[in-house]
Amino acid sequence: MKRALIILALLGAGAAALVFWLGLRSDPGDISMVSPLQTPAGLSVEERGHYLVRVGDCMACHTRQGGADYAGGRMIPTPFGDFYSPNLTPDPETGLGNWSADDFWKAMHEGRSRDGSLLYPAFPYTNYTKLSRDDSDAMFAYLRTLPAVKEARREHQLQFPYNYRFLLVGWRALFFRPGVYQPDSAQDEQWNRGAYLVQGLGHCSACHEARNALGAVQSRDNPAGGLVLNWYAPALAAPAEAGVQHWPKEDIVRLLRDGIAPGASTLGPMAEVVYESLQHASAQDLDAMATYLKSLEPTQPPARGAVQVPTHAVDDMSKRGSLIYAEHCASCHGDAGEGAPPAAPALRGNRAVTMAAAVNPIRVVLFGGYAPGTAGNPRPFGMPPFGSTLSNQDVADVLTYTRSAWGNQGSPVSAAEVARNRQGPLW
Amino acid sequence: MLRKSRFAALLGLLMLGSVATAAVPDTMAQRMLACAACHGAEGRATGDGFYPRIAGKPAGYLYHQLINFREGRRLNAQMTYLLERQSDDYLREMAEYFAGLSLPYPPPQPNQAEPARLQRGLQLVRQGDTARGIPACNDCHGEKMTGVTPDIPGLLGLPYDYLVAQFGAWRQGTRHGAAPDCMAAIVAKLTPEDIDAAASWLAAQPMPADPHPATSLPKPLPVSCGSVTGPGASR
Repeated sequence: MKRALIILALLGAGAAALVFWLGLRSDPGDISMVSPLQTPAGLSVEERGHYLVRVGDCMACHTRQGGADYAGGRMIPTPFGDFYSPNLTPDPETGLGNWSADDFWKAMHEGRSRDGSLLYPAFPYTNYTKLSRDDSDAMFAYLRTLPAVKEARREHQLQFPYNYRFLLVGWRALFFRPGVYQPDSAQDEQWNRGAYLVQGLGHCSACHEARNALGAVQSRDNPAGGLVLNWYAPALAAPAEAGVQHWPKEDIVRLLRDGIAPGASTLGPMAEVVYESLQHASAQDLDAMATYLKSLEPTQPPARGAVQVPTHAVDDMSKRGSLIYAEHCASCHGDAGEGAPPAAPALRGNRAVTMAAAVNPIRVVLFGGYAPGTAGNPRPFGMPPFGSTLSNQDVADVLTYTRSAWGNQGSPVSAAEVARNRQGPLW
Repeated sequence: MLRKSRFAALLGLLMLGSVATAAVPDTMAQRMLACAACHGAEGRATGDGFYPRIAGKPAGYLYHQLINFREGRRLNAQMTYLLERQSDDYLREMAEYFAGLSLPYPPPQPNQAEPARLQRGLQLVRQGDTARGIPACNDCHGEKMTGVTPDIPGLLGLPYDYLVAQFGAWRQGTRHGAAPDCMAAIVAKLTPEDIDAAASWLAAQPMPADPHPATSLPKPLPVSCGSVTGPGASR
């Protein structure tokens, strides 16, 4: 008996030691790995860094509306509370003024701040750990050239128990393994370049992969996309969602660069990614991302069972929805959902309309929206917001109709789900 | 024979129309349909009373408001969301499109303000309140109060609720102009009674026979305004 207790205690102590080791160990990283992102010769380190910071879209989180570039202060709502992004400008008091390139590397590669404290994974170091040391140094060199801006630091407003930073030790032990991207020798250079961009610098999985109850991305357990900033970021490998395995490569490039492509456009947070970041990516990098995305093994995300609409109600909803469609939608989207691109996309056979998670179509009907005004699409057409014209039930009815008419096979949408989406900030 | 072939051609056209996708014109009007949801058809406002008419307002003024929404100087989540990822050039084109629409105005809303209040409103509009450092509305917004191109908006043809909401937004800090924010400085001096009186009088006025903005002001502006960059900007 006593012996068993001793063994149990030893096992417990061993497990705790393992957790602490995994969560707190220092990892210098493989600094011999050279970035696959070879930029044109003649660029200075700072210029190269500027490009990388742009393609990594650091701006999206680290600039608040109306604030100075990269001075932080933007609120990022999550299920765990609201995060406020820190200041990346070289201000010594509130920014990175006292940081060295080593400190910056430690943040990007290991997710630890200059003082050693553990960073919350709202900062996607789980992706940035794949970056090479030379890329991290170039990004830091660029950030040093920014005007120093004093921007008071705002504390994160997190719920219990997430406000206890030391709990990240356990989180890291479970979900984080530092490691620079290792090229896949079975693939060519362009594919590896794309993988490095998508998995690392572009941190696409931060939005496009489902997170578990503890906020970790684990696509091998759950191939769904992610619910982020009140939008659904569709799964990049799923042909029923955002998979592009069967697209011509030039259409993928157009969607990433221009924000619009035949049969697809970007709205919400992805419109911001295109506008601030991807439209500035080089032709080679866009091609690399398209190459990699095309090669993803197709997945089938689980159907989301959240919609609670009794079967007997669906027929009536659809009937009412068809009348609302005829009154408000048909003049642009066509009597049979055939659309009039580029002004109004087809709704028939449009996976953005029919995908299991209905949140995006709900938000588009409520709040409308424009594709980003990029160099390739400088004067986009827009969808009017119907939030003040249509009731929750109206929106549920017209979407239930649209998702099942003309051969579409989407699930019904409930008024309760529409009501939930009237709240929250817009992106 | 000719008639027959014409008929056949017409029939062919009709049939073509029925299988082709919906015809949507490649115009600014089509691009700006999203605005009509709140601001009314062609931006001429609805009876709602909160969303303002935008048709016919001076282009510079509209452009500055679009920028203000995009940069967070005016707070309206729906407006910011729609404009956030559009270029300066496109916002300018939107402003010019709506500024160029010359559409009839409806008669003013029925107004229950008592004569004393309207009188006080008229006084503020025409003379301001020199003792309290409040300039007359006329001094900037034009003799006819229809605004001045390109940057100063007219104040007629707008509902009472919208006008009061704008004064309130300046007081609450949810509406700002480019610095120096002249209206913020003026609104800070107004009492709720002043605001009510001025808005009541303004909302009760019919549009003059020529509702277009003036092209110049007789005198320089009485205050410095960061939002006035065109002619008349110099103080």
